[in-house]
Amino acid sequence: MLKVQNLKKSFDGFIATNGVSFSVQKGELVSIIGPNGAGKTTLFNLITGHIPLDEGTVSFKGIDTTRMAPHRICRLGMGRSFQRTNIFPRLTVFQNIQAALLAHKGKSLTFFKPVESFFREETREILERVALKEFAETTSGSLSYGFQKQLELGIALASEPELLLLDEPTAGMSAQETRQTIELIGRITKEKGLTLLFTEHDMEVVFSISQRILVLHQGRLIAEGTPEQVRNNPEVQKVYLGESR
Amino acid sequence: MSKQNLALLILIILLALLPLTESRFYIFLGTDILIMGLFAVSLNLLLGYTGLVSFGQAAYFGIGAYTCALLMKKASLAFPFAFLAAGISGALGALIIGFFCIRLTQIYFSMLTLAFSQIVWAIVFKWNSLTGGDTGLIGINFPAYLDSNTRFYYFTLAVVVISLFILRKVVDSPFGRILTTIRENPERTEFIGINVKLFQLIAFMISGSFAAFSGALFGIFNHSLFPDLLYWPQSAEVLIMSLLGGMYNFFGPFVGAAIMLYMRMLVTSYTQYWPLIMGTILALLLFFFPGGIVGFLAKSRIFTRRAK
Amino acid sequence: MPDPSFLLIQCLSGLTYAMFLFLIASGLSLIFGILRVLNFAHGSFYMVGAYLTYSFVSYFIDVPGHFWLAVLFASLSIALIGGFIERFFLSRLYIREELNQLLFTYALVMILGDFAKIIWGTGQLSIPRPAVLKGAVQIFGQYFPEYNIFVISLGLGIAVLFWLILNRTRWGRIIRAAALDREMVGSLGINVNWLFTIVFAIGSWLAGLGGALVAPIAAIVPGMDVEIIINVFIVVVIGGLGSFWGTLLGALVLGQVISFGILILPRLAIVFIYILMTVVLIIRPWGLLGKPLRR
Repeated sequence: MLKVQNLKKSFDGFIATNGVSFSVQKGELVSIIGPNGAGKTTLFNLITGHIPLDEGTVSFKGIDTTRMAPHRICRLGMGRSFQRTNIFPRLTVFQNIQAALLAHKGKSLTFFKPVESFFREETREILERVALKEFAETTSGSLSYGFQKQLELGIALASEPELLLLDEPTAGMSAQETRQTIELIGRITKEKGLTLLFTEHDMEVVFSISQRILVLHQGRLIAEGTPEQVRNNPEVQKVYLGESR
Repeated sequence: MSKQNLALLILIILLALLPLTESRFYIFLGTDILIMGLFAVSLNLLLGYTGLVSFGQAAYFGIGAYTCALLMKKASLAFPFAFLAAGISGALGALIIGFFCIRLTQIYFSMLTLAFSQIVWAIVFKWNSLTGGDTGLIGINFPAYLDSNTRFYYFTLAVVVISLFILRKVVDSPFGRILTTIRENPERTEFIGINVKLFQLIAFMISGSFAAFSGALFGIFNHSLFPDLLYWPQSAEVLIMSLLGGMYNFFGPFVGAAIMLYMRMLVTSYTQYWPLIMGTILALLLFFFPGGIVGFLAKSRIFTRRAK
Repeated sequence: MPDPSFLLIQCLSGLTYAMFLFLIASGLSLIFGILRVLNFAHGSFYMVGAYLTYSFVSYFIDVPGHFWLAVLFASLSIALIGGFIERFFLSRLYIREELNQLLFTYALVMILGDFAKIIWGTGQLSIPRPAVLKGAVQIFGQYFPEYNIFVISLGLGIAVLFWLILNRTRWGRIIRAAALDREMVGSLGINVNWLFTIVFAIGSWLAGLGGALVAPIAAIVPGMDVEIIINVFIVVVIGGLGSFWGTLLGALVLGQVISFGILILPRLAIVFIYILMTVVLIIRPWGLLGKPLRR
């Protein structure tokens, strides 16, 4: 589904991504871990086209997306959540999801019909799925952090992605919230047959649901494999001594 | 009919009855407010809805004004065609200028809109043979069948009502909603599959063409045009009107224009220091009424809609 | 082919104007670099500086060296006014969106502009050049005012002085650090609020100084605030907002462009400077010597 080859990116001399290659098969649940500054978000930004890469290629569903604009990559079926909560703060929760649906269903360039009437059912459905139905009319910016993250997931889902990239989905959450979020993600992924690639700091989460783990350190991939393999990898242990929650 | 639509209808009727006062003064003020109100609402499509702070909207106002007037005067083109041409020229200008401006963000975007606007000003200012330069373009007459202040007032009222109706439809449409998501979070909007630059450019063009229409109306209303119209303080003034009324509300900028023009008229009859008063009001506004007049009213009662 | 000495004089005129632009622009750039506010009222500080110099000269007229005293008092007054405005008004707008701060500075333009009219009237004022610099020097057969030479030297001197302060002193380091990361500086125990006020005051002082120094050689009139600020914007765009040498470079470039532009293509000169600003923003928005703005 996703194939990344020899990605390189540097900022003003600082090498953020140094020859990363990996692939993700359809339906897999892969996580990327690594200490802070390992370049996880940069890697995501390179894959989704938010920043241009220096070298390497990205292909998604067999199509070369290396130089594609983010909105076109999204339309191909890639969805993403961002590390800093990325929602539309002054819009209501309902409007947030509805906007994503408008974009996805190609109705965004409609000029003369009232927006209220579009996709009401579909929006409600997604709100149910991410357990935000009771907040439909709340201004999204006033939601608590955890709920905003759920909304983010909802927005990502509205685009009916086949591959979902989640950047630290449980960052800043309590143990309870983390468990709920992970359960939600797991359920949705199974229901919709999604392929999931996510970055995480919480090792418990990573080891409990990932089928495969990629370990990033200083811009390179230093290990790859099943949770067992990665856990026993000496390189990884060296880098991670004391890192787990 | 909703409460708000009823209120609007009453307002339109009142405006239509204005000429019955037989007061040349109020007809003038009314026409002025209608024109500037449309200009301000057109700017707000960029400012309040898309989150683009353009410091150069005066350029489109001026392009529209001069295009219409010159076509009528020098090419003897009939008014309807000249008027339409004005709108098209505004859209074209916005297309060219907007294409370059949207590639920048924040303060650089604003500065580039300012720079382009100054180029347009400089061209109009210096091209004496065409535009009359500093001495202005004078003797712009009413078109044949609109040859009185009252008739022109009604024409302006009709144009402005129709324009606001169209703009309202645009703003309430899916396109308009996406503009607000661009305002809230352009990065996120990109990744729900929207070509953000395309949408910004379209918004730019719509805004530019309505600004041009209001400029065209102004040229005839004023019977003369001077390059001052395009100088940057004019762009600042219409921004202030939007803020004064409330930029997160559709009618806010119109209200802002009305208040500012009315106050200017009042104040200048007593003193020449209108800028001082305006500056002070602006400052008070910024500190105490961040949502503008309408925003302030909206918080205290529920009879205005927020630009979501 | 014009006479080379004539060209040289044009060049020096451009250089003189450039120094005024540099003084005001460096203040603007400094304020933008640290406070991230584009101060529209900077031209107003320049103008009021000129007006205050006029008044102080009248006040000190019987004192020897009255011009220099006036310059000192006028520029310091502007610094105080600037600091006061930042401390009690502008700082309250920092938590809001940038547009609010921008429009506040524009409100200041309107307020200060009218205050100047109220206090000094709408007529044209002027003061004579200080006695010690009344003459002109001969350069290759042409005359060039001594005062202008003084302005050029002073401008360059201040440039060097500021560069030394920014790069060789502790306070300079703090200021440069604050430009990159204010929160960090705050957590180092520096009172960021006062830092902002001081930076704004210094920036205003520079504009006021520019106005004070221009008083003997330009007409002090209403409208000089609006007229200068747009050229100052062009300077910082060309040089790069927040870049010290960029501001100097931008000022030098614009000074020459205006000086020769009026000569070569009088009708197009004014369009040309805006085209220059536009082209720089399109091709290299962060200016010749600036760094790309971090999102």
